[in-house]
Amino acid sequence: MNALNKPAIELAAAIRSGEISAVSAVEARLSEIATRDAEIAAFVQVLNEEALAAATSVDDRVATGEDPGPLAGVPIALKDNLCTRGIPTTCCSRILEGWKPPYEATVVSRLRNAGAVVVGKTNLDEFAMGSSTENSAFGTTRNPHDLSCVPGGSSGGSAAAVAAGFTPLALGSDTGGSIRQPAALCGVVGVKPTYGRVSRYGLIAFASSLDQIGPFATSVADAATLLEVIGGHDPADSTSIPEAMPSLSECLGRGVEGMRIGLVAELCDGVSSDVARRVSEASEALAGGGATVEEVSVPASRFGLSAYYLIAPAEASSNLARYDGVRYGMRTESSNAVEMNIATRTAGFGEEVKRRIMLGTFALSAGYYDAYYGKALKVRTLIIEDFNRAYEHFDALIAPTSPTTAFEIGSRTDDPLEMYLSDVCTVPSSLAGHPAMSVPFGSGDVNENNICLPVGVQVLAPAMGEETMFRVGAFLESVAVNVAESVAREALTSEALTSRDG
Amino acid sequence: MADRNIALLPEGWEAVLGLEVHAELLTETKLFSASPNRFGGDPNTHIDPVSLGLPGTLPVVNRHAVELAIRVGLSLNCDVRPSTFARKNYFYPDMPKNYQISQYEDPINADGFLELPSGKRIGIVRAHLEEDTGKSTHVGGGGRIHEAGFSLIDYNRAGVPLIEIVSAPDLRSSDEAKEYVAELRAILVTIGATDGKMEEGSLRVDANISVRRVGDELGVRCEVKNVNSLRSLGRAIDYEARRQVKLLEEGGAVTQETRHWNEDEGKTHSLRSKEGETDYRYFLEPDLVPLVPDERWIEEIRGALPTLPAERRRRLASARETASTKGEMYGEADLSAIATIVARDQDELALGAISAGADTQLVFKHILNNLAEGTGKLDISAFAELLTAEAAGNISASQAKTILADLVANGGDAAAAMEARASDTTDAGELETLLEELIAQHSDEWQRFCEGEQKLQGFFVGQIMKATKGRADGQATAKLLAQRMM
Amino acid sequence: MNENSDSARISEEAVAHVAHLARLRVTPEEQKMFSQQLSSVLGYGKAMEALNLDDVPPTSHPYPLNNVLRDDEISAGSSRDEVLDVAPVAQDNQFRVPPVLEQT
Ligand SMILES: [Mg+2]
Ligand SMILES: [Zn+2]
Repeated sequence: MNALNKPAIELAAAIRSGEISAVSAVEARLSEIATRDAEIAAFVQVLNEEALAAATSVDDRVATGEDPGPLAGVPIALKDNLCTRGIPTTCCSRILEGWKPPYEATVVSRLRNAGAVVVGKTNLDEFAMGSSTENSAFGTTRNPHDLSCVPGGSSGGSAAAVAAGFTPLALGSDTGGSIRQPAALCGVVGVKPTYGRVSRYGLIAFASSLDQIGPFATSVADAATLLEVIGGHDPADSTSIPEAMPSLSECLGRGVEGMRIGLVAELCDGVSSDVARRVSEASEALAGGGATVEEVSVPASRFGLSAYYLIAPAEASSNLARYDGVRYGMRTESSNAVEMNIATRTAGFGEEVKRRIMLGTFALSAGYYDAYYGKALKVRTLIIEDFNRAYEHFDALIAPTSPTTAFEIGSRTDDPLEMYLSDVCTVPSSLAGHPAMSVPFGSGDVNENNICLPVGVQVLAPAMGEETMFRVGAFLESVAVNVAESVAREALTSEALTSRDG
Repeated sequence: MADRNIALLPEGWEAVLGLEVHAELLTETKLFSASPNRFGGDPNTHIDPVSLGLPGTLPVVNRHAVELAIRVGLSLNCDVRPSTFARKNYFYPDMPKNYQISQYEDPINADGFLELPSGKRIGIVRAHLEEDTGKSTHVGGGGRIHEAGFSLIDYNRAGVPLIEIVSAPDLRSSDEAKEYVAELRAILVTIGATDGKMEEGSLRVDANISVRRVGDELGVRCEVKNVNSLRSLGRAIDYEARRQVKLLEEGGAVTQETRHWNEDEGKTHSLRSKEGETDYRYFLEPDLVPLVPDERWIEEIRGALPTLPAERRRRLASARETASTKGEMYGEADLSAIATIVARDQDELALGAISAGADTQLVFKHILNNLAEGTGKLDISAFAELLTAEAAGNISASQAKTILADLVANGGDAAAAMEARASDTTDAGELETLLEELIAQHSDEWQRFCEGEQKLQGFFVGQIMKATKGRADGQATAKLLAQRMM
Repeated sequence: MNENSDSARISEEAVAHVAHLARLRVTPEEQKMFSQQLSSVLGYGKAMEALNLDDVPPTSHPYPLNNVLRDDEISAGSSRDEVLDVAPVAQDNQFRVPPVLEQT
């Protein structure tokens, strides 16, 4: 492995010790992006100058004996729904094209304080609404494992950036699976923390009661370090959990001996056979590692998707009302204010966003609230209760992350419901606010393009159960073939990398 | 008092009124963000990413706003309850997020009452927290909103904390409605919740107005907006109630709608009907968590409340009752006198003078008649001393008035002021000379006075006072008049 | 609009009404398309009707917290220029919009 393409933790250690420079590490990633991102389109914006300036200042701090932090000089990619001060943040929507936030998201400040170097903003389904990154106003991101396939979504750009070896780390946001599903489809680690673990301040809202920011990484250990950096209480977010972030890195090597792990029956229903096979291999591996593994029923999780596709659009319909052409973003002029609002929104939002705004507006409207939104909130209660019942007997649960491996670009765009079904395994824990992560676990059957695409196994834990979840995740990783790493390595060996240090 | 205004409606009809009062809370910062809560200022200077509703921003509740809301609730005898915030969704350019964060299903305060000076209790349905909007100004197009031109928006006011106080439909006349607002305002100002400036919009009133034949069920109501003073509140209610009665008497029906008061025309106009009303799609604000104020906090706030006007009126009434030696019965006029003194913040003076032994009638008379402009440098003991001298007949009423003005202007004790004035008092000879001149100038009036037109006594006393710049003793003058007439 | 949870359908008229509430314009073709698509999503959700939810309380916040309050202290906001620079149209230090008519 090239010295400059180390996992994040090792890279930071090498930079902190002065063994390699942050500038050379960042330059290597930028040149990688410049040569290969044209075909993958993970990034909507690459911040060459800003990244090199930040890397220089990391090196300066190292030179003066300061510690720039646990992610010193580590290149990171940010989903373009995270506000970066003075740097365009668009949610991949025409309506916000070119908008420069006058403030920084809490996670971004924390990354900078930890020494991480933001190298670019990544593609997403417009306003994070989608499961394939095909709904972006700025083009479709391709799966680095098979360019004819989607990377998943909505954080497809971040997942692809890590899978392609552009950055060892990336941030995404997960509302109903938008980190975990693309992580699975791209063969990287993706984590959705407990709702409230990571500040949402500066994350452009899709559905406020569900949105969580979380890491993408090539390893569970890197993901743990990144979550430690971005997590913990933030007074700017009223829903931020006051408890301090525990040390996740410490619990990674502990194995699963004596743990009780449940395989969620409902979430295995209807998944493709190759995915199902990997999930059952994962349970066997856990049993082999000394855990008790049993099938468990979480009955209400069957209604997760139904509740999710009312709750998320309802909140979104309200969150997206602010894009009206008055204060920022796009405007389409018209004769009066109302007509201007209508013209702007009609021209500025893509079809999927409109669909969800209308669905959510309908679910909340007079005469329909009880039958739709109100009912979904009650189903949400049942899902939480059923999960909590399962956690009386199990420390953690496992399930598939996605019902299938990555699918062909364009294959699910005609039928919204079919696309929504991509989230069926991930939405229940989103509704519960529980943490869940996807860990790459081998690959699926060979597809039409003669490629075996990655499979992700999902690890679920009760609220605040990140330590348990990471312990299980790290164990699964240790027994799995790390598809992402092998792909990234292949890509790297084909490139001639210039480096000062290595 | 409640019947005063019914006279304005035809026999057998009554108005049923409920008021929604929005008051801006006196905080340093906005309800959900740390930008300043200040009136006016250069446009768009009291802003921050949160108050502008920029993408990705989140609200965090201002503790002091909650405390002020609890003060309001306790002062209005409400239950202070666990509460939640909701989003009220509708598009309007001066509302940054196109939803207003307000309390909907679970308001912080509910089920209280306000006691009017008359003693009548007006139910308070709820008093909840919400955020204010910005302001838009229409420019160009000849100033008419329906013509072309454009609007300019200033978000300085966006996010300012409001308390919305909703009364039960317990008010029955425009006068009662005005009393309610005046009393509510006095309470809110006393507890430091708001500055109560209607002209700056920090206190805004919407009136729900319906009429019915006395004894009937509640009628259909209209909500009247844009009343910017107590006076226009009264006018708007009277106009609207009469409009509705006329409509009903002609066999028509009142449509539930929002109406706009036009001050210049003195009329209300329909803004939108119930059917055209926005579907607000309320739902719980997912960016905020519930407020569950604990008992200790509530009791701490209760303990720190100042004495409220109703209690101060009770104190003054009972002090007057107790001190009264003549066993007078006090009626409605007296209630309004007490209300006036409390409203002017002169009840401490009255109570002090009464407890120092001053005659209660004199205390009331002087405060009401001679201290409307304020008490200046007057101190309580000087006031009491002066009134004691007057009661003993040592000085005349008009002398007392003059000396009181002196004490207000210059302070000091009463004895010194009385001494200084004693030397100025006009002697009887001077009075006689003056009176001769007056009779010569006003021989007609004098003739009528001598023929028994008793009220002309006031005319001559007044003229003498004028000539002596108030130095003359009124009683001595009256005596002189009587002597001269015979 | 009447409650009509039986058929879980959003008619084309309902789509038009909802679009107006949401300040969106839909063409007749889109009206038809959205009516079909949204009806199919709601139809999928009909499964929830099998559940007895009478005594189930709703959950709006997944993680229960109370009384999150901040001190009433001014902190540096945004500069007006920073905000007006990105405004679609600004004039006299304000946000300019076409005439605001009374809402209907
Ligand atoms: Mg109201
Ligand atoms: Zn209000």
